[in-house]
Amino acid sequence: MVETALFYAFAVLTIAGAILTVTLRNAIHCAISLIGSLAGVAGLYLLQQAEFLFAVQIVLYIGGIMVLFLFVIMLVNLDAAAKERQYHRHWLAAAVCVAGTGALFTAFLLRGQTLVKPAAVEQAEPVAGNVETIAVALFQQFLVPFEVASLLLLVAIVGGVVMAKKRI
Amino acid sequence: MLHPITPEHYLVLSAALLLIGTVGILMRRNAVVILMSLELILNAVNLNLVAFGKQHGNASGQIFAIFIITVAVAEAAVGLGILIALFRNKETVLVDEIDLLKW
Repeated sequence: MVETALFYAFAVLTIAGAILTVTLRNAIHCAISLIGSLAGVAGLYLLQQAEFLFAVQIVLYIGGIMVLFLFVIMLVNLDAAAKERQYHRHWLAAAVCVAGTGALFTAFLLRGQTLVKPAAVEQAEPVAGNVETIAVALFQQFLVPFEVASLLLLVAIVGGVVMAKKRI
Repeated sequence: MLHPITPEHYLVLSAALLLIGTVGILMRRNAVVILMSLELILNAVNLNLVAFGKQHGNASGQIFAIFIITVAVAEAAVGLGILIALFRNKETVLVDEIDLLKW
């Protein structure tokens, strides 16, 4: 099955990129691993027939946010930070938190079906393509959230400009 | 030998991605890498939403993922702006050296 093989390929790309992002010393290497991880997630969107999200992931995340990250890495001098310790002194508390969350996830993934009764799944297969389906839902059912999102972006623009001023 | 992919596969993958992101946020000292780990966590949530949306056969999961991506863009822009302002004032991006509020 091609789909299964592709899923595992993208999953390995995603997880390996994520692990390298968290562990590497140099921030630029972290950013490049994160690009690999985001590309893996984009491939997983494509496997689930979410073509629009695939395009958004490539254009917005890999093309937009990651370039922003690389610019900031260039503006902020990270050479001194790369030479220092990379992990907190309180790493043990963090490890306990992560282990607890992981145990919770494992329990829920193994026993969730019996603990919570899942909602009835109605398989209403959309007749139109993915982009048409999303456009109809976004501009009819979710029009008000869409407008609120544009307000949020306006606030983010103003916030970004204020934060980048010389004197705050 | 190769079995078909179910939504549970995506749930396990996204749980793993979220845990890796949590490790990054809680353990790293470099604030830039912490923001990158935040992006990892948001991607894990998106993956979950798309998997459930596909299982239910409607577009709401993907719409929600689009809104999350919007919030992620806003968060990255403002967060990196804060980081630049912080570096200009404190000359460091290591989060445990920024302790003005610590008593």
